Amino acid sequence: MTDTLHTVADTLGHSAEKAHGSDDSWIMHHIMDGNSLDFQPFGTVHLPTLHLFGYDLPVTKHVVFLFVVAILLIVVLRAVAKSYKKSLVPSGVTNATEIFIIFVRDEIAKSTIGKRYEKFLPYLLTAFFFILFSNFIGLIPFTATVTSNITVTAVLAITSFVMVQFGGMQKNGVFGYFKGLIPHGIPVILLPIIEVIEFIGLFTKPFALAIRLFANMTAGHVVIYALISLIFVMKTYGIAFLSVPMALFVYLLEILVALLQAYIFTMLTSLFIGMAVHQDH
Amino acid sequence: MIFGYVLAFAARYSEGGEGGGGLLSVNPGLAFWTVLIFVLLLIILKKVAWKPILEALDEREAKIKESLELADKAKKEAAELIAENKQTLQKAEEEAKKILVEAQKIAQDNITKSHDEAKLQAQRIVKEAQAEIDSKKHEALSEIKNQIAELSVAVAEKVLRKSLSGQVQKEVIDEYINDIQKN
Repeated sequence: MTDTLHTVADTLGHSAEKAHGSDDSWIMHHIMDGNSLDFQPFGTVHLPTLHLFGYDLPVTKHVVFLFVVAILLIVVLRAVAKSYKKSLVPSGVTNATEIFIIFVRDEIAKSTIGKRYEKFLPYLLTAFFFILFSNFIGLIPFTATVTSNITVTAVLAITSFVMVQFGGMQKNGVFGYFKGLIPHGIPVILLPIIEVIEFIGLFTKPFALAIRLFANMTAGHVVIYALISLIFVMKTYGIAFLSVPMALFVYLLEILVALLQAYIFTMLTSLFIGMAVHQDH
Repeated sequence: MIFGYVLAFAARYSEGGEGGGGLLSVNPGLAFWTVLIFVLLLIILKKVAWKPILEALDEREAKIKESLELADKAKKEAAELIAENKQTLQKAEEEAKKILVEAQKIAQDNITKSHDEAKLQAQRIVKEAQAEIDSKKHEALSEIKNQIAELSVAVAEKVLRKSLSGQVQKEVIDEYINDIQKN
């Protein structure tokens, strides 16, 4: 498997070098984290590294955009919360935000968790809006998509994992929760295998969440860059008439994916919480 | 195909590129920042946004429900009121009709009564008049008879004085008078 991948990567790399005379690391430069903010052709801002508690904490590109997303979320949602004090009738930004809040509340939390879904609502809403804003901000030129970084998605998946275990243990008790993981009516001989499978299953769920979000948000950007790079690889402006519309199409697709991934992450987390809380189903 | 392309890139850059770490390697510094930001965001948003927003939504839903129920109730009440009004109106109309019929009857009665009375009175007047006429007629006749008798006596006296003696004259006159009275 890895051999095949290396072969594909090498082939792609070599063909690119042959055609262009240089490597394609610029795509990775845009996708991956870095120590500078690029505003080409206007310039580059180099970011500092903090030294706290004996550790090096580099303020990277994605850290900056994490802060941007967080501040934007607080500002927008605070304004929305304040607008309700003026009037209970929504309008403008409140109206648009409210659609998502009600959707998360009714279609995701209420329908998958059921009773006492209110306790998990703040986490689900925060995760949904955090991913949604990250995905959309990543679509703006000169920005970075924090959700296309495996570290960020892994942390999000870990928070989801913590919420699922927390919900299950609070409802069923720590011992009852682990006992409830094993389905009823399993032959005694199979019990050791099922136990192991179910225990591993606890961790594969958030792992899949992290990989899904990361791969989806990375893939779209890579395809857009690859389509644009066709112009340089082919060394002709003519191909722009093909690659730019295609890149635009993928960009529009990315808008859909941005919404969809926020929904899927929240929906699956809610589903896992529901499964952990109501184990008898 | 797209996913394969991404994996190829991932494999190529997983050994480490610029900025420390490849596409699939986890960066502890970034993980720290992400945890910090996400947890802070969760706490702040819970207090600043989610609580007031969800409360406002609940409040609005309760208000809408209440208003709808109130509107339903008001509608029912209005329908009842209209029905009541209709009934009252109908009753009033019926009463008016009844009163009209009664009044007409009374008027008719009055007319008949006065008509009858008038007739009776007229008849009485006519009868009285006739009676008076009769009595006057009798009076007049008897007076005329008397005068005729007196005149005839006077005439006969004058005639008989010249032609008859006393005894014969008287017999003749009596006979004559009796004849007149019989008539």
